[in-house]
Amino acid sequence: MTDTTNDATDDRKYRSLWGDVWSQFRSHRGAMIGSFVFIFILLAVAIGPYLWTLDPNYADVRNRNQGMSWGHPFGTDQLGHDMLAQVLQGGRISIAVGLTAMMLSLVLGTFIGVLAGYFKRLDGLLMRGTDLFLALPILPLLLVIIMLFRDTLRNMFGPETGIFILIVFIIGITSWMQTARIVRGDVLALKEREFILAANSIGTPSKRVISRHIMPNILSPIMVSATLGIATAIITESSLSFLGLGFPSDFPTWGRLLFDGTQRIAQAPSRVIWPGLAISLTVLSVNFIGDGLRDALDPRIRGR
Amino acid sequence: MLDEKKKPLVQVKNLKMHFPINRGILKRQVGAVKAVDGISFDVFEGETLGLVGESGCGKSTVGRCVLRLYEVTEGSIDIDGTDIATLSGAELRAKRPEMQMIFQDPQASLNPRMTVGSIISEPLDEHLNMSKAEKREKVGELMDAVGLARRFADRYPHEFSGGQRQRIGIARALALNPKFIVCDEPIAALDVSIQAQVVNLLEDLQEKLGLTYLFISHDLSMVRHLATRVAVMYLGRLVELGDSETLYMTPKHPYTQALLSAVPHPDPAQAGNIDRVILQGDVPSPANPPPGCTFSTRCPRAEAVCKQNSPEWREIGEGHFAACHFIE
Repeated sequence: MTDTTNDATDDRKYRSLWGDVWSQFRSHRGAMIGSFVFIFILLAVAIGPYLWTLDPNYADVRNRNQGMSWGHPFGTDQLGHDMLAQVLQGGRISIAVGLTAMMLSLVLGTFIGVLAGYFKRLDGLLMRGTDLFLALPILPLLLVIIMLFRDTLRNMFGPETGIFILIVFIIGITSWMQTARIVRGDVLALKEREFILAANSIGTPSKRVISRHIMPNILSPIMVSATLGIATAIITESSLSFLGLGFPSDFPTWGRLLFDGTQRIAQAPSRVIWPGLAISLTVLSVNFIGDGLRDALDPRIRGR
Repeated sequence: MLDEKKKPLVQVKNLKMHFPINRGILKRQVGAVKAVDGISFDVFEGETLGLVGESGCGKSTVGRCVLRLYEVTEGSIDIDGTDIATLSGAELRAKRPEMQMIFQDPQASLNPRMTVGSIISEPLDEHLNMSKAEKREKVGELMDAVGLARRFADRYPHEFSGGQRQRIGIARALALNPKFIVCDEPIAALDVSIQAQVVNLLEDLQEKLGLTYLFISHDLSMVRHLATRVAVMYLGRLVELGDSETLYMTPKHPYTQALLSAVPHPDPAQAGNIDRVILQGDVPSPANPPPGCTFSTRCPRAEAVCKQNSPEWREIGEGHFAACHFIE
């Protein structure tokens, strides 16, 4: 037997799955840079406001529309709010909205996609439902939802949490359809592979076939959807703020800062540059992290 | 042969598997692909039943039906006294350990995201309550049994050669000590030198563990080497079944004769002297099989009666069955 070389001494350590994933992730340069940038942004918005103690809502009317200076590194806006403090404070909300909305749309999309792909009986119903959601005009829908639920949620959870829940919910339920479609397609292709048949012949029940065989193999498209989803969520939140439907004006978010700044872009370009840079860097770093994770989780790519 | 002493482990009776064809806006059923159309056979304990036939004749479908990986249209499949064609979910699951399958494409039948160890221990996870250490030990034993080094347990399928992958598949099939294994063209995707290794491994395991195989293949020489009895299939039906030696030496059915005459001769000098039966035309569509004998469209001996009446499946010799009007 030529293909069974048996080394008696094997002093290699047993490889652990997560050890392998980590070492592959580390060798992905883009992903490492992305992680550092993303962690830096997270730390900045998490502890930044404690270090840069200016109140983002304090209006210093004598220092309006200033450029960059030591007193106000990112400048000030037309009401004299300190831009650095606003960007730090806004990042908390933007990133929180981005991550939670992405999670919600991912969970919803994956769940519906897997069910539709795996169970033939549910396929028609679920995919026509998905088409229905895709066909809905988003903006009128948003207006209606916000008109209907804003005050109720505000009364229940307070102005900030209420609107946060509402926005996350809206972004979540209007962006899961692409994920669902991609996941369904992948599940359909995967379901015909022989290892699924092998699992059936062992007697593995459907729920474990899905968790053990289907889910790990559709990680790549899910990862890609997730990283793109964060970007979309942050940008959708910006457009909501722009329409005046997002957070109240005394809660700065990156999107709102950006849109407020666009009116005075000629006089104070820094007001657009900083929040824009923050959004771009976050989205870009998350994309790189997703790319690295996808590679690291695929054993066929790992080790190259 | 001690035929009287043998008892059938698997009894398939009048098995039919029709896949519906749905067309139109309303997806109404307009017909059916009769992949398997009423076949009956027994597999005796400890034997290897070879199932041969050309591509698309329904061999693999039979294999999958016998393990009830498809919901059969009609017929009964008795495995060790239980008719699995009608078992409910939980009962079927409890029966699964007794019957396992080895697949054709060792690349496709292993989940690329799982380590070899976890692939082999999947049946253990599903059916037995073992501690982690016990599982690890059992996986090690199985890997020894199929000739894989234990240290490979943490590797992934793509790091192995075709032959090694097939060994992984065999180890997985053996994990629950099955009695009956369906080998669905287990050597078709391997190159010749590896084929021999895998076939020898299957034979060794059969001897050691007393396994019963249903060996599906289109490699006639390999089936002759391995099988105790051989069944020949054409377009969803069995045309002949008999002892391996009898069937290969004196094939009765015209299709079997044609099939066997196509086996290449090892000696090129002799190869020219064989009487080849060359069949004309193509295999008819299983969605619309010809009336009467399904082989009548291509049979060199076909007469009017063949196009009208389906030949009976009858015993023509000691344990030798065939379906043809002209065999006495």
